[in-house]
Amino acid sequence: MPIKILMPALSPTMTEGNLVKWHKKEGDAVKSGDLIAEIETDKATMEVEAVDEGIIGKILIPEASENVKVNSTIAILLEKGESLADLEGFITTDAPLSPMKEVVLETVEPVIVAEVPRSTSASRIFATPLAKRIAGDRGLNLAHITGSGPHGRIIKDDVLAYTPGRSTAAIIAGPSPFQDRPVSNMRKVIGKRLTESKQTVPHFYLTIDCAIDALMQTRKSLNENLPNTKLTVNDFVVKAVGMALQEVPEANAIWLGDSIRYFTQADVSIAVALEDGLITPIVRGVNLKNLVALSSEIKELVQKAKDGKLKPEEFQGGAFTISNLGMYGIQQFGAIINPPQACILAVGAGVQKPVVVEGDIGISTLMTCTLSVDHRVVDGAVGSTFLAAFKKYIENPALLLLGDL
Amino acid sequence: MQSFDIIVIGSGPGGYVAAIRAAQLGKKVALVEKENLGGVCLNWGCIPTKALLRSAEIYHLMHRLEDFGLSAQNIKFDLKKIVARSRAVATQLSQGIAHLLKKNKVTVIKGHGKLLGQKKVQVGNDTLTAPHIILATGARPRILPGLEPDQKFVWTSKEAMIPEEFPNKLLVVGSGAIGMEFASFYKTLGAEVTVVELQPRILPVEDEEISKLAQKSFEKQGMKIYTGSTVKSLQKGKTVKAIIETAGKTQEITVDRVIVAIGILANTEALGLENTKVKVEKGQIKVNPWSETDEPGVYAIGDLTGPPWLAHKASHEGIICVEKIAGVKGIHPLSAQNVPGCTYSIPQIASVGLTEATAKAKGLKIRVGSFPYKGNGKAIALGEDEGLIKTIFDANTGELLGAHMIGAEVTELIQGYTLAKTLETTEEELMHTVFPHPTLSEMMHEAVLSAFDRVIHF
Repeated sequence: MPIKILMPALSPTMTEGNLVKWHKKEGDAVKSGDLIAEIETDKATMEVEAVDEGIIGKILIPEASENVKVNSTIAILLEKGESLADLEGFITTDAPLSPMKEVVLETVEPVIVAEVPRSTSASRIFATPLAKRIAGDRGLNLAHITGSGPHGRIIKDDVLAYTPGRSTAAIIAGPSPFQDRPVSNMRKVIGKRLTESKQTVPHFYLTIDCAIDALMQTRKSLNENLPNTKLTVNDFVVKAVGMALQEVPEANAIWLGDSIRYFTQADVSIAVALEDGLITPIVRGVNLKNLVALSSEIKELVQKAKDGKLKPEEFQGGAFTISNLGMYGIQQFGAIINPPQACILAVGAGVQKPVVVEGDIGISTLMTCTLSVDHRVVDGAVGSTFLAAFKKYIENPALLLLGDL
Repeated sequence: MQSFDIIVIGSGPGGYVAAIRAAQLGKKVALVEKENLGGVCLNWGCIPTKALLRSAEIYHLMHRLEDFGLSAQNIKFDLKKIVARSRAVATQLSQGIAHLLKKNKVTVIKGHGKLLGQKKVQVGNDTLTAPHIILATGARPRILPGLEPDQKFVWTSKEAMIPEEFPNKLLVVGSGAIGMEFASFYKTLGAEVTVVELQPRILPVEDEEISKLAQKSFEKQGMKIYTGSTVKSLQKGKTVKAIIETAGKTQEITVDRVIVAIGILANTEALGLENTKVKVEKGQIKVNPWSETDEPGVYAIGDLTGPPWLAHKASHEGIICVEKIAGVKGIHPLSAQNVPGCTYSIPQIASVGLTEATAKAKGLKIRVGSFPYKGNGKAIALGEDEGLIKTIFDANTGELLGAHMIGAEVTELIQGYTLAKTLETTEEELMHTVFPHPTLSEMMHEAVLSAFDRVIHF
């Protein structure tokens, strides 16, 4: 019996997604593990692999379809020995009334028309070989280029006339004083979640200055003696947060409405800026890992984030986020909490400032950190205790080298 | 006053094709013609000369019979019959046009069409009106002072294709397609032919390498070719004494007839352009890429608008012009780079797109391939092992920029590359195209492979 391929839920919160690309076409054989399609989720583009073996009998949702509901049938797989004729029966016969059949019928009919505004010609892009070659050489996506050739075929001139970020129509009409860029899925998610957070989460803010002279010295000495590693200040910050969370587990919590979940392990999200938004990959078990291991894991996660290759489990979860804008010279800022997390630490740049130590004015490199806290989960005293612990670790970097205390 | 959707003035390959296409698109069309349907192409150009050249080709082969193990005696030609056949072919096709126009319900109006302005055209005593008027009145041979045609000694192409007597000694002035076709026709039938060309090489629009091969081939046949030369004067008596000047030196030759083929002039006169905003620049009607003139609703196509002076260019401009008027989607202005050119001399020459020199002048990084006839099995079997096929690719994008050919049947072969250019193939698709064996077309494949150092048979 033919097997339905369903729109996968790549995250617990995902209700619908975009079917970006099919890697198989009707009639192609697939085996378990084969890459069959790309799905754009809330946060990233994901690759979908085949679970069963067979032949793609029918593709029900063409590529470049938006807002495809999770669990709707996107294609039907024929098993060994089955032919298109089986498919026909599978879709249309009244014979054995199985629930599966109903699902398929439901998908086959209006769903495609109603949910897939760009489906008409999006399944295959028609372009001349030369247009494809030039677009490829220039790294342009043919899907964004309007074809002016017969039946909308994309020709060389269309590719040459195309400027990324502008529609072809705008070019024909002459230079426009503004650009309207469609909101990407990521921006939609950022917009929705942060608006919700700022409006519904009772934020309060705690700011502390941390002297990082010792940290800088330790970092310098470690970097000089570790040939293949360049530890960043941020690596130390992540480690310090992990250890502080272990020390003050009340801050390692998320708000679930009816309950508060406290974590035993320090899973720390790190905000990574992308071309069009940001994403927060998670470093798990920060308390358990040494600085060098942490550093290389962070580098890897950041790269994957920038390449759009993070797996859902690599950016979903965590109780605490670090947002570091120090590299931009920002001294202090207050970040918006990423629900259901309860804390986000906004880290500023290390700046040399005059400080008074025991009646004398000296110079110290200070890093100002602001913790945004969800008051439903963490009260002022707990937040302050956490920050004090954090400060202790940052200012005494030798503690960070000890590992789990 | 009769009213139409579209009026076309001139029924050459531009006008009649535009009229038929317009009719296909549901337009009510009038086609105005003062002479025979089909224009110069059909009556006094492309078609009758191909009939003449076919006779010459067969005659040429008959002189090579022994190469093929055949023999015949007393081989001769009858000029009157050759000309009569040529005229019969032209007449047959002209009647064919009349039939096609009738079938497509195009109203043919005999007479001289003249613009009156305000969307009106005068033909004799009648006035026609249409929101769209397409001018397609073609061109006529250009005349050079001192070489004015006299219908006796000095011929244009028209007199040259209906000779009453065979000119044993012939001077051809101008070595473009028309000049070389007549030079080849008369040379093949046995005339002593001298060609004078102002430019440094014959067939100046062709790729330089092809021009040189052509000159070599014509000279091998016994043609005398003077490039970088001009005819200073003609002295007519019983015969014609012509003074030819080459690089400051002059020489005198005596010939029976002179054919002047130094280009053409657009027929812009007596069209009533003064009643409109239509502009004439350098003897040509000024148009935009959609064939629109400066007068809204008035269009011009074909030879009227400038080179290349080719029937198929006129036809296609006509089609695009009409489709634009009718609002057909997905059309583009004609790209000169995709218009092939053919010369039906012996040997034939054909090309499409950029020459090697123009491609380089444009600053393009190119790859050039070529394949000679003597490497092709079919060419050798045909006894036609002289010739070359050359390709020019953009080294960065793989775009086929140009193709140039000389040799047997190249005028039929060039279409393969034209199609490739129009479909915007790259070298990859051409390399993966299967060419039938044994054919001359295999050389087209090899010339592509050659450009990428992958030639098989040479």
